[in-house]
Amino acid sequence: MPNGQATPLSSTAGGPPVSGSVMSPVVAGWARTGAIVTSRRRWLVLIGLLAASVVVVLVSSCFGAARVSGRDLLAALLQLGTAGHIDGAVDETTGAILFQIRLPRVLMGFLVGGTLAIVGATLQALLRNALADPYVLGVSSGAALGVAIAMLLGIGTMLAVVPVLPLWGFAGGVMALMLIYRLAQSRGRLPIHSLLLAGVILNAMLTAVIMFITSIMDPARSAGLMAWLMGSLTVQNWSGLAGIALYVAIGSLVLLHQAPALNLLTQGEDTARSLGIDTERIKQRLYVLTALLTGAVVSVSGMIGFIGMLIPHAVRMAIGSDHRLLMPASACVGGIFLVLSDTVARTAFAPAEIPVGVVTALAGGPFFLYLLLWRKDRMV
Amino acid sequence: MVTQVLSRADAGQVTTTAILAVAEVSFRYSLSRSGRPWTIERASFDVAPGEVLGIVGPNGSGKSSLLKLSAGLLRPESGIIRLAGQAIGELSALAIARTLAFVPQEQAHEFPFTVAETVLMGRFPHRQAGWWSMGMEVEREEDLAAAHRAMVEADVVELADRLVSDLSGGERQRVMIARALAQEPRILLLDEPTAFLDLSHQIEMCALIQRLVNERSRTVVLVSHDLNVASLLCDRLLMVKDGRIYAHGTPAETIRPDVLRAVYGCDVVVDPHPQTGAPRVTLPGHSVLGG
Repeated sequence: MPNGQATPLSSTAGGPPVSGSVMSPVVAGWARTGAIVTSRRRWLVLIGLLAASVVVVLVSSCFGAARVSGRDLLAALLQLGTAGHIDGAVDETTGAILFQIRLPRVLMGFLVGGTLAIVGATLQALLRNALADPYVLGVSSGAALGVAIAMLLGIGTMLAVVPVLPLWGFAGGVMALMLIYRLAQSRGRLPIHSLLLAGVILNAMLTAVIMFITSIMDPARSAGLMAWLMGSLTVQNWSGLAGIALYVAIGSLVLLHQAPALNLLTQGEDTARSLGIDTERIKQRLYVLTALLTGAVVSVSGMIGFIGMLIPHAVRMAIGSDHRLLMPASACVGGIFLVLSDTVARTAFAPAEIPVGVVTALAGGPFFLYLLLWRKDRMV
Repeated sequence: MVTQVLSRADAGQVTTTAILAVAEVSFRYSLSRSGRPWTIERASFDVAPGEVLGIVGPNGSGKSSLLKLSAGLLRPESGIIRLAGQAIGELSALAIARTLAFVPQEQAHEFPFTVAETVLMGRFPHRQAGWWSMGMEVEREEDLAAAHRAMVEADVVELADRLVSDLSGGERQRVMIARALAQEPRILLLDEPTAFLDLSHQIEMCALIQRLVNERSRTVVLVSHDLNVASLLCDRLLMVKDGRIYAHGTPAETIRPDVLRAVYGCDVVVDPHPQTGAPRVTLPGHSVLGG
């Protein structure tokens, strides 16, 4: 319509609605050109990513201060799968390294990375901002402060059960999240710059309080607190891992259930409401869920930054914004990313380890700056 | 004189068949600026099936608030709004969305959704997914068919696989209307459908709205700051001034120099449109000459 004349709808004007038989080629066309995410495409992507996740987890388990050969790993797993134990497949030290240290840690990395990515995707939709991230916004700091207070009071060591520290993390995270939302909101919109600025200020304040807490703790315990804060994936035992896995899996599934609502929330609150979303209730639910998950993840792994921003953003560039695919895909990619980062952290200066938070920040920070400097058009 | 217009319109429009009935509605924002306590004060109007009602008035007069109240997006402090006979305050967001579609003036497009995905969002109120779907439910054939029909009607089928963020303002506005049509609503509420559009896109948008009304006998309520657009499109106009409905009637009854002077506080030239005969508003010559 070069001269602005509206074309008459010759095919449908006055006629009956397009029937189902005419539809299928159109929908097939949409599927072909990627206009919509079909269930076939969704499953192909997810199965591919799950397969890649398994491969990455297994291969990463071989690397570390002590190398384990791939043949040993497969032999041990085969023995475990068929006979139910690993005796005889590999020597005792290798078995201990693999099953007491390496595998729990790699799996924890996958869990933490996946959760951070899914939380990031949720926050981005909730705040209608493709750069939102629990770490950058100070939600992780809030959770860390909650955990640090619990440690200062001796709650963590006193009870030494899994649910306590995540709950303190949750309390800190939810307060930070509420604060950030109020700080950044101006006339119903959340401009990127006020959001980031609010995050910076909140982060600085919360970090100061955490530093204060570490300074009044006795040195032996504050060293442990510092190591945890920098982001670490050390796992005590399998039952600890299983506890956090259960917690995170339930939270993530409930979050995943909100994927269609998240799609609508990206369009703005008035639009979401006019399309049938009870925005206030959904928002509250999402705040609580993201804070719960952030609290859980921070309580076991400290401050691991940028995954929540980097991964959903990159996945969105590759497969589009539909949260029904974006969220599970981000979870897989986030898990893979953190497992690989942790492998680098273990091996780069072996036998010394660098905190995995340092690796993710060094990888994610530049990407963040790139988006901020050169892709302004995408994020006003 | 103005009260005559009002009473005439009121008498003609109090019917039981109204899709939307706004009665004595008052509203204010909780943090209202001082000196103007009410954003909307005692507004009453009805919308009959198949008609196009325009809400016009100066900037800040409360036209958009009136539209949002009608859409159930704002809650009135007093008065009642009925949608198809039911009080809108008692309906869930889902129930409202199945009857009424709202197209906002502008919205964010930071996330790369395609046009087809965006239009399919309009099917949300009609989709019923159980908790077991885990948010992974797929589009049903009837949702795809409805979305396709809406895209044909709004003339955006060709854009199906484009990203909304890459479209022109006019195309984007048509996509928003397609999404509203996919809701299969009984009434469409449009907030400034021609704002920010250049001339050719304005003509396109007007033609689209006329097509929606003439070919499908839809009911439309639209807010416009452009009196000429409103005059051409609407069967009836509400003229809002300082949160009150100042005049209410056909374009010929309301777009008159005396009414406009009272509402906008300035003199304009009103003459019949050479093609349709509808009133046409032009800036007076002396405003340019500085006299």
